[in-house]
Amino acid sequence: MNILTYLIPISLILGGMGLLFFIFTIRSNQYDDPEGDARRILSGEYDDKPKPPDA
Amino acid sequence: MTAMMRPPASACPACAAAPAAEKLAEYQAPTETHIILSLPTIHCAACMSSVERALKADARVRSARVNLTLKRVNIEATPDLTAADLVPVVEAAGFEAHELDTTALAATATDRAGRDLLMRLAVAGFAAMNVMLLSIAVWSGAAGETRDMFHWISAAIVLPAIAFSGQPFFRNAWTALKAGHLNMDVPISLAIALAIVTSLYETSLSGEHAYFDAAITLTFFLLTGRYLDHRTRSVARSAAEELAALEVPRATRLTDTGEETVAVADLKRGDLILVRPGGRMPVDGEITEGTSELDRALLTGETLPVLAQPGRNVSAGEVNLTSPLTVRATAVGRDTSLHRMADLVAIAESGRSRYTSLADRAAKLYAPGVHILSALAFLGWLAYSGDLRVALNIAAAVLIITCPCALGLAVPAVTTAASGRLFRKGLLIKDATALERLAEVDTVVFDKTGTLTSGTPELTNRNDFTSADLAIGQALSQGSNHPLSRAIAQATQDIAPAEVTDLREVPGFGTEGQWRGQTMRLGRASWVGGTATDQTAAWLQIGSAKPQPFLFTDRLRDGAAEAVAALQAQGKSVILMSGDTTSPVETLAKRLNITQWVAEALPQDKAQRIQALTDKGAKVLMIGDGLNDTAALTAAHASISPASALDAARVASDIVLLGQSLAPIPDALTTAAKATQRIRENFTIATWYNIIAVPLAVAGLCSPLIAALAMSSSSITVSLNALRLR
Repeated sequence: MNILTYLIPISLILGGMGLLFFIFTIRSNQYDDPEGDARRILSGEYDDKPKPPDA
Repeated sequence: MTAMMRPPASACPACAAAPAAEKLAEYQAPTETHIILSLPTIHCAACMSSVERALKADARVRSARVNLTLKRVNIEATPDLTAADLVPVVEAAGFEAHELDTTALAATATDRAGRDLLMRLAVAGFAAMNVMLLSIAVWSGAAGETRDMFHWISAAIVLPAIAFSGQPFFRNAWTALKAGHLNMDVPISLAIALAIVTSLYETSLSGEHAYFDAAITLTFFLLTGRYLDHRTRSVARSAAEELAALEVPRATRLTDTGEETVAVADLKRGDLILVRPGGRMPVDGEITEGTSELDRALLTGETLPVLAQPGRNVSAGEVNLTSPLTVRATAVGRDTSLHRMADLVAIAESGRSRYTSLADRAAKLYAPGVHILSALAFLGWLAYSGDLRVALNIAAAVLIITCPCALGLAVPAVTTAASGRLFRKGLLIKDATALERLAEVDTVVFDKTGTLTSGTPELTNRNDFTSADLAIGQALSQGSNHPLSRAIAQATQDIAPAEVTDLREVPGFGTEGQWRGQTMRLGRASWVGGTATDQTAAWLQIGSAKPQPFLFTDRLRDGAAEAVAALQAQGKSVILMSGDTTSPVETLAKRLNITQWVAEALPQDKAQRIQALTDKGAKVLMIGDGLNDTAALTAAHASISPASALDAARVASDIVLLGQSLAPIPDALTTAAKATQRIRENFTIATWYNIIAVPLAVAGLCSPLIAALAMSSSSITVSLNALRLR
């Protein structure tokens, strides 16, 4: 059962990382336009280069 | 300031004026303006990039980003740019665009409460998943030190998670207790707190049963209900705000230096205000210059436009039809007749406040019952076994089993599904209990002008005229933008206009022209020499011949006939109540096969009649758009107004019809009835789970495993049942 000493912390840390990541997505307004973001990926703009910072 | 002097180019003052952000720029250093445009027709990835590209082609636009979910575009631009400059740019790209008032939208920009709930939901979900993993090990037979360790780890996860996620419930319960009454949150908070305390106590004695998993899943499911509820309401609120933001409250003020565009809120008594044709009066006042006609349909329900001449008093909300008017403001803001009407609304007892929601009624029965049951189980076991620990354990089990988990989801899951369905059909549910009230409706009262009719006139007696007369009428009607002229022009499209020369509009009276050396006139009865009729009419005089009337009826709104027929087929009694004169109301009632109708009803009359119907036991649904309907809308059991209605009417009603057609209304009643039925079913399901599980808990046979199963399965059944509505 000693394996539990590793497994439990690992599962908690992985879950916690998921949680922190989710909180980050909320804070950075990633749910403001779900429909638009889903379609933006289909547009060919900025496929060949990253979006310039001032545009 | 230069932008403020720019003369608006369009006929609609609201569309052509400088944006509200410009006004802000006066106070702050003007470095940037924020403009929001509504794009109702945008729908695809290509639309987004073409709108953004079109906007960015303008060097003054710093950034433009389309939000497809809200169908808006946010633009950051240099301060000299106005929305009026950008609307044509977007329209050239092939999309309809309307300016939105940025100040009216400020509230939805950051939905703090929603974000907060989502964060708590995420934390509770995370904790619940981890604790469940540990609990499954315990249920499958972990014993001794392993079990104790798992319990302690669970406690370490659950305690901080509950302390954070459970706050909304604890806070609500505390406010309710302080006010001295019980709500749903009191048993919830008590169950969570008791479960945690007994579990900690048990764990410290290395006992077998700990309810950490139950406490946290409970919080998770209840938060899901809260979040759904919040989302439904915030979607409705943001759509309602968008409707309000489409009417940018601005007016054109005349000063010594010229015209300036100001916010309606900044107008003062004595200001001279220019109202262009098509514009709405922003204030009460007196006409000082100009002759025109006024459409008062939204205030009184009259379809006949009235003559506007210098010296005549006007009220806020009237629409100027033919030519520019200068008005001296006599009452502004709160003092206008528009706002005085609000007092009438305040007096009418609202159907909304009279109604107790199904959830509240359930909570009233439920909350005391649960507490009594749990206390009885505690006392019974204490007397029977004399063991405080056993008694406490059983009391906690009873509270957890009976905790209104499914009840908390029963209503929000259904309202979310039903509002979503109705929203797709073009109905915006503004009030939380609107669906339940709509389901009870047995009498439907319609307003006439602007609700059953679309407010655009339609020529009825074309066949009374010779084609030569019609050709002259067609030519004369092209000289004016008056609604009646436009109706004649449209009805006679197939006829080539006669060659009328010297065409000129005499504002407020009609149009005049020369044809083969004779004077032709088309206009008001008194001006042309006709006799007054009770039907809307424009008179045509050719030379010195006897004038002939063009007669009009109001065009029916799309789906009006179908909606009325469908409602009657559903067995609802349909009543027509209008402020218009008897003859047009009677004609319309006959046309739509409505047997009960009331004409020339004053705003107070409408509200009183609805009150009288309510006193007789009827549940009235009022559908109206005008200012004269606001009191009636408030007094009715449920109310609907079209999106074209005045802001005041939209605020007073529970449901806003976003499209042009009335056809979704009967369907909405059906959906509402179904939704209420689902809510009741959900309550029944939740009750059955309790009936089965509570005796087990009271008998002391309920293990944490059974508690977890009962709770999760009831919540899932309830949610699935709600989803059948979609």
